[in-house]
Amino acid sequence: MTHKGASDRLVAVDELARVEGEGALRLRVVDGEVAEAELNIYEPPRYFEAFLVGRKYTEPPDITARICGICPVAYQMSSCQAIEDACGVQVPETIWALRRLLYCGEWIESHALHIYLLHAPDFLGLPDAIELAKTNRELVETGLALKKVGNDIMEILGGRAIHPVNVRLGGFYRLPTPEELEHLKSMLRPALDQALKTVEWTSTLDFPDYDCGHELLAMSHPDTYPIERGHLITASREEFPASAWNDFIESVQVPHSTALQAFLRGRRYLSGPLARYSLNYANLSPLARQAARAAGLGERCVNPFQSIIVRAIEVVYAIDEAMRILEEYEPPRRPAVDVPPRAGEGHGVTEAPRGILYHRYKLDENGLIQQAQIVSPTAQNQPAIEADLKTLAADWLDLEDGELTAEAERAIRNYDPCISCSAHFLTVERG
Amino acid sequence: MGKPTLAVWKFTSCDGCQLTLLDCEDELLAIADAVQIKHFPEATRKDLPGPFDVSLVEGSISTPAEAERIKRIREETGTLVAIGACATSGGIQALRNFADLDEFQRIIYPHPEFLHSLEQVAPIAAHVDVDYELRGCPIDKRQLLGLLSALLKGRRPDLPKGAVCNECKQRGVNCLLVEGKEPCLGPITQAGCGAICPSYNRGCYGCFGPSDSAQPEALIPVLSRLGLADPDIVRMLRTYNAAAPKLAAAGDRLEGAHDDA
Repeated sequence: MTHKGASDRLVAVDELARVEGEGALRLRVVDGEVAEAELNIYEPPRYFEAFLVGRKYTEPPDITARICGICPVAYQMSSCQAIEDACGVQVPETIWALRRLLYCGEWIESHALHIYLLHAPDFLGLPDAIELAKTNRELVETGLALKKVGNDIMEILGGRAIHPVNVRLGGFYRLPTPEELEHLKSMLRPALDQALKTVEWTSTLDFPDYDCGHELLAMSHPDTYPIERGHLITASREEFPASAWNDFIESVQVPHSTALQAFLRGRRYLSGPLARYSLNYANLSPLARQAARAAGLGERCVNPFQSIIVRAIEVVYAIDEAMRILEEYEPPRRPAVDVPPRAGEGHGVTEAPRGILYHRYKLDENGLIQQAQIVSPTAQNQPAIEADLKTLAADWLDLEDGELTAEAERAIRNYDPCISCSAHFLTVERG
Repeated sequence: MGKPTLAVWKFTSCDGCQLTLLDCEDELLAIADAVQIKHFPEATRKDLPGPFDVSLVEGSISTPAEAERIKRIREETGTLVAIGACATSGGIQALRNFADLDEFQRIIYPHPEFLHSLEQVAPIAAHVDVDYELRGCPIDKRQLLGLLSALLKGRRPDLPKGAVCNECKQRGVNCLLVEGKEPCLGPITQAGCGAICPSYNRGCYGCFGPSDSAQPEALIPVLSRLGLADPDIVRMLRTYNAAAPKLAAAGDRLEGAHDDA
């Protein structure tokens, strides 16, 4: 859709493709300059934080999973952590190991989906991976096989890949059997090879030269690459725990998309693979670091187009890490520890595949929820995505509308936005 | 004759049910060979005009724009299949049907005046005719594949009837209710998942919605005997299929009994 005036050009895409959820983009060019660049999110609001009020403290792991079919484990892990924090319960390391294993499954599945089915077609000028399979079926099959291994982990540990049923406060309903774990090991070995090939292949793609220059926010943990635990750090060396989230991060409703966009003390920032990688390179496994070096990536990568390589490196890491957890596995004494309710407030933060997911709950003494707050990765990345669009679009003004919108869509897909996630508190009417 | 045409549409939902199609890793390329995908924004930039032989519709109708859009899709579609709890009963977001929408909006949004929500969240069948329904939050992959292959061959899909209890028996899973271990909605919940939760030592939480012959009233005393208070039972009935008429009615009666008492 385009309207051209003498000095005013509006380019819009009403329905973004190959993103999770419903979004639109809008660029307005006035007098040869990009005046506005908007990622509009028109997913209808679903009011999760509202209907969580009055629900029981045991319910958010299942209920909030329904915010996003692509990253339900992230919602289960952030909510468990927040509620266990509110109840003052420590979960044993053996249970954390299984949670991390489950989360590795989600990283592998979500990243493989994005790399092969959503992102790769952009580098090859194709509409989708189905077209890609016509010329390179083996490549797409490799991607699907990798994706399936992630789903296998979630099916065995979680009962099913989408909205797993086995997660509860304090741990799990049932522990995996030795046979199930052996099966996983046998699936992961060949997958590691496929993941390394994926890094190699993604590094051969053509990347525009672009340093996004955003502030970076990621979790950090002294001993491991951040997935399910840690505190928050920025590229400017700020550090804060999950409990200080609202002291650092402010959510603002902006009129053009009525989005509650997140800002870090007034600054837009980037969360997700690029931020994690650039702030935690040293904690990747030796194999993942080796793959990164072989791909020609430094210890820091802030080119959003290259996020496809970083995701591939994180897949190598997640498989490597899943294999380590399985090797060192010691069954917990019980599938779950008790989490008795108490009045209080708790915070939980984890690294969803596409960025940080923060949960906060306030409970009464009977464990009924009095207040819930959820900040999704895409709500945080939306200002950075729009800033990229505005900067990059300045170089595209000579392009025809079709090409220009294709480029703009691509700039958005770099961030693997999950619009379904953000929509429980973002909305705008299509128009 | 060309290939049958397929479209996948999203309304108010989490994307999980359409992701189930992409989760058919072993079958996806074969499906793509067998049909022409005309509209599936999660997977392709290609967007071809109707008509569509088959439309898979995910999500519930919760805004005025959605109520208009589903009508246009129905007009252009041969076989319309509603997929998942949102599309078949309204989904988790239908919990707001039991509450005050204005208050909900005020809780989350500084500027509720920007919002456009219908008063009631509704399943697809409340707005247009639906040919088949796949239940579940999310739908079951095997059922989706079975449905697609039946439609491609021009026969009626064979969708499960009966309750989750049947599937527990088929799998040899001991009954959590009989053993008094866990509250379970299996007796009133539509079969189709393969009794996943009971096989993980967890009571069924009803994500496939009520079965045709479900009698929630008969299950409520069983749940009470396991120690559940009435508000707990109401919450258990009101989750992913809260607005399914049988569950909504049972929950309302239980809540009403409380209010009177």
